[in-house]
Amino acid sequence: MKKNIWKKNVILVLIVIALAVFPLYYARGSEFGGADDQAGAVIVEIAPEYEPWFEPIIEPASGEIASLLFSLQAATGSGIVFFILGRMTAKPKAAETTVGSGALGN
Amino acid sequence: MKKTLITLSFLPLALWLATSSASAMHIAEGFLPGRWAVAWGAVALPFIAAGLLAIRKKVELDPKVKVLLAMAGAFAFVLSALKIPSVTGSCSHPTGVGLGAILFGAAPMAVLGTIVLLFQALLLAHGGLTTLGANVFSMAIVGPFVSYFAYRLLKRAKAPAAVSVFVAAFLGDLMTYVTTSFQLSAAFPGESFLFSLGKFMSIFALTQLPLAVAEGILTVVVFNVLEKYNGEQLQALKVI
Repeated sequence: MKKNIWKKNVILVLIVIALAVFPLYYARGSEFGGADDQAGAVIVEIAPEYEPWFEPIIEPASGEIASLLFSLQAATGSGIVFFILGRMTAKPKAAETTVGSGALGN
Repeated sequence: MKKTLITLSFLPLALWLATSSASAMHIAEGFLPGRWAVAWGAVALPFIAAGLLAIRKKVELDPKVKVLLAMAGAFAFVLSALKIPSVTGSCSHPTGVGLGAILFGAAPMAVLGTIVLLFQALLLAHGGLTTLGANVFSMAIVGPFVSYFAYRLLKRAKAPAAVSVFVAAFLGDLMTYVTTSFQLSAAFPGESFLFSLGKFMSIFALTQLPLAVAEGILTVVVFNVLEKYNGEQLQALKVI
């Protein structure tokens, strides 16, 4: 049963990866820019006289730095998620090791 | 070992996605006229206040809940950093607030979602301070409420837990961006509200569809682990 959920989860994660990769083929040649930039363009189209009246206080100096910050955000988040999940799942494993060495197997 | 496997299978996804595109979602800074900015802020505030109270109550009731809360917040943090390509040829990111809404109800997520949005508005020039109220309303209020009620309804209808979790997270994610489309069309009706709505929906909601599916699946992945290893706490929270 325990084995099942890990197998299930790996399959589910693979589906997510497929979902993310599929558009690269399906919509190949597209720019894959942000949907919010497109929305900005539509706003300009609908209301040409509209001027954004506020600028971001800090703007990442380059795309590289923006991606650094986004990776940091993702890394911090997943660090915490997996730390907590790890602690949660570690308990029964610790109990297993006292019973036999089988726990090392997988 | 299996855990490591899961972690590893996430890594390339996270790395690749984080570097794939430079821009993403939410209403950008300065792109809502002043009165709308103020109005959405005013609408969002009481929810954030209610969320703070709800969190305090939950933590008082059982201090151990903090760990799960931190995890729900961190989950939203990861997912909203992942800008994923979509079939429309543009990128967007999931919200990650559905999981927390399923675990704790909608109100606490108003607080956690606001933290995520603030971080992105302040450091990443993504979203914005003037549009924070509107973005909080769509991602940290509407999304979680939709997820929460969808989950409760399906649970009452005796749907399998995985199905309920998937649908709840999927709908919460999608409705967040449907809300964004409504907010933008209300502020920029142009020729007609419906015309604008169609335009914004075709950008946000359509792009979001496959991402909402991805978020639903990832939420199920984490929920599977919680259900298996932390069933007691989920029962205490009346989630299962």
